[in-house]
Amino acid sequence: MLELYRGPLDVDSIFSSWQKWGKDKNFGAFITFVGTVREEEGIEALSFDVYEPILKKWFDDWQERANEKGAYLKMAHSIGDVPVHTSSYMAAVFSPKRRVALELIEDFVEDFKASAPIWKYDVVNGERVYARDRSQKIKGSGLLDI
Amino acid sequence: MVRVEFLGPIGKEPIEIEAKSLKEVAQKLKSDKEMSKWLSECAVAVNDKLVDTLDVKLKEGDKISLLPPVCGG
Repeated sequence: MLELYRGPLDVDSIFSSWQKWGKDKNFGAFITFVGTVREEEGIEALSFDVYEPILKKWFDDWQERANEKGAYLKMAHSIGDVPVHTSSYMAAVFSPKRRVALELIEDFVEDFKASAPIWKYDVVNGERVYARDRSQKIKGSGLLDI
Repeated sequence: MVRVEFLGPIGKEPIEIEAKSLKEVAQKLKSDKEMSKWLSECAVAVNDKLVDTLDVKLKEGDKISLLPPVCGG
């Protein structure tokens, strides 16, 4: 399941609802990744644009891959401003046993960074500055550059 | 007419253009100075599905989206 929230994530409440869900579904392993905004280079916050239709397709493809291994994925992400020391991203894998979950969390989070249609901005003096240097081209980029 | 949307930091309003293929879209965007610098950086989706070839026929009302480099999380 994919959850989008305006502003920072309420990590405790999301974690607790996911943990309860996994327990009720009899999953033995539950691994979470939480991304927190670091204080660096004077930024006040990070800010995010999300393109939901393609994000949802990307997530559904991953969910299908996870389900084939008996696992299940959840993800939460912020839209808009997320101040330093608060969280913008949570991902989780549930599986009957640890091995599948440990492997999936790495592939899922790495592909998220490379492919999910989300754009990041530094917020400095109230202005959004596109984090171009930290961004990655989606596979197949440059198609229209003929 | 097809609709071209510029996502995230491109910060340009959507446009409607006449184009029968993605190649025609590429040619039209190339002549737009403001856009040409983005073309080498962007992935392309037709009706919210990412594509990897220019040989895509377009029909009336199709939506083309340009996706610049991403960084979630």
